[in-house]
Amino acid sequence: MHKILFQILRTGIQTEHPPEANLDYRTPDAQQLHEEILKCLGKALVIRHVDAGSCNGCELEIHALNTPQYNIEGLGIKFAASPRHADLLLVTGPVSRHMEEALKRTFDAMPEPKLVVAVGDCGCNGGIFGESYASCGRVSNVIPVDVVIPGCPPTPTQLLQGILAAVTQSNAR
Amino acid sequence: MDLHDFPAGLTAIPGAMPVWHSEVSPEQLRVACTRIREDGGRLVSLWGSDERQRGGGFALHVALVDQPGLICLTLPIAAASPEYPAIDDLYPVANRMQRAAYDLLGIRAQGTADQRPWLRHSAWPADAFPLRKEFNAKAAYPASGNKYPFVQVTGNGVHEIAVGPVHAGTIEPGHFRFSVVGERVLRLEERLGYTHKGIEKLAENMSVADAAKLVGRVSGDSTAAYAWAFAMAAESIAGFTPPPRSLWLRALLLERERIANHLGDLGYLGNDVALAFGFAQFWRLKEEWLRTQHDLFGHRYLMDCIVPGGVRSELNATDLVRLLDEAEALEQQVTKLQDIYHEHAGVQDRFLSTGRVAPELAARLGLTGLAGRASAQAWDLREQYPATPYDRLEVRMATQRNGDVAARVNVRFDEIYESLRLVRLILNGLPAGATMQELPPLPDNGFGIGWVEGWRGEVLVALHIGKDGAIHRLHPHDPSWQNWPVLEHAVIGNIVPDFPLINKSFNLSYSGQDL
Repeated sequence: MHKILFQILRTGIQTEHPPEANLDYRTPDAQQLHEEILKCLGKALVIRHVDAGSCNGCELEIHALNTPQYNIEGLGIKFAASPRHADLLLVTGPVSRHMEEALKRTFDAMPEPKLVVAVGDCGCNGGIFGESYASCGRVSNVIPVDVVIPGCPPTPTQLLQGILAAVTQSNAR
Repeated sequence: MDLHDFPAGLTAIPGAMPVWHSEVSPEQLRVACTRIREDGGRLVSLWGSDERQRGGGFALHVALVDQPGLICLTLPIAAASPEYPAIDDLYPVANRMQRAAYDLLGIRAQGTADQRPWLRHSAWPADAFPLRKEFNAKAAYPASGNKYPFVQVTGNGVHEIAVGPVHAGTIEPGHFRFSVVGERVLRLEERLGYTHKGIEKLAENMSVADAAKLVGRVSGDSTAAYAWAFAMAAESIAGFTPPPRSLWLRALLLERERIANHLGDLGYLGNDVALAFGFAQFWRLKEEWLRTQHDLFGHRYLMDCIVPGGVRSELNATDLVRLLDEAEALEQQVTKLQDIYHEHAGVQDRFLSTGRVAPELAARLGLTGLAGRASAQAWDLREQYPATPYDRLEVRMATQRNGDVAARVNVRFDEIYESLRLVRLILNGLPAGATMQELPPLPDNGFGIGWVEGWRGEVLVALHIGKDGAIHRLHPHDPSWQNWPVLEHAVIGNIVPDFPLINKSFNLSYSGQDL
């Protein structure tokens, strides 16, 4: 036990200052971002993540949000196992046709009001995989999307900027 | 096996790895597969191709490894009766690959009981085959039926737990069907294919440059391994050897990718046995490692750094010092954490004897990569078939015999130390010269294979070129094909709450096998 405690003491607090929200990531046609939601959610946010067909690159960066450096829980944001507990749906990948129904059902299972953030070039525009017999392309082809975070994959900082953009009170669009 | 005794004449394919190729008859295919099996060899990959526009019918390709190297067999199949003899009686791992070959190309394995769809769920109808040339890749079909006949376990007190495709954490999608009595797992059946996004169809007619980007996104956590395997295949077809400095840099990137993934897994394995300290510590180290990669190679996960012809990365003297110092510091940190993991009774209690795959079972089922090495399957391409620069580095393979979660943890620790040793050797021995040279044009109808020991196991990329450098058929193969079926065995007799731990100890790719 003393080794664990020494290691924790030696490591110190590694958490860095969070970035500002990047409001450019908001989609112009976001229907769901309005003051009522923001009042409701404030800065305590519960996220449900769904991989709708990604290459697993974006997942690596979502995991990194839990590192001491980004410490996402310290910002009042946590990941939930059930969509019924979630305020925000974080979707990675182009939506594969085999995941289309599961994604819709997850979205439907979330309580209102709810937000959707599409992650990565694939989530934004289909990315390298595009639309095909196997892929529906971007997330907004399947469910409404409020914020898109580009990148292949987006860095943890970009992810935070996008997630905060979904819940930051501002009239700027 | 002595290659002179081989049932069909073998032609050596030039390139970085020892690869032979031969066209075979159905009988010769069975004889060759049987003899390689008896010889202790393994099946690496199985895929099909449509050769009707090139004057043939269809073709089945089977890549096997035997002591001398990789043996690739091609069986021509008549378009009028698209069938071939099954080989899953010899190599159980072939079963899902055979089913995928039918789903995608409509060539049927004869003489096997399990003919259920594998990659096809509902996105395209049963009588359409995406990898046939006439198939319209842009078409969107109405969802077809999606009833999958899972094997039912019956008996007193047996019930089913269905999990997925959407899992509880940040994980790729797949479905697991557990049959349990109380807390104990009687049977697990996996259903994968949810992330199928048509990668192989997309690659048709692509240029080599575009496909390099695509292959780097088959499984994002193994992008360096895939990119190198693809480059190796293209360079083999072009009869081209990239500059030595680029090969040494590729190995540096591959070893860094291995270290990054092992750090992440060791953190999560701590997390899954309620040692959140382990997660915080290992992921702190991983994050620093990734930031260095962003600074020096331009991408946190090294995507698009390795390209046919060389690498897009260059290091100066200051960078080398930074990387050497980083390796030294990381080794000290990991040593401390390993000591803590080893001394922690709660951690060891959960790791030891959990999710055990005995060596005999691993050999029979063809368990590969790091999970294989944890079950005494002593295969590591870097040691056995060392391509430049591994021929100068004398890689020391990490193996364990227990085959449990603890063994897979230990292999990861050993491989981090070994990769750090290799990183230092590479940085100190990096030859001078160019890092990139233009790839000569690829000859029409060329065929090449790339084969690389990624962090999870061996990644194979088969590349068939058509005319004017355009791709005729591209097949990327992930070691997860081999290891997913073994996971079904590893959980038998364990309790359901240990499944996440066992699953994480394998950490297999969904995207890599769903394609």
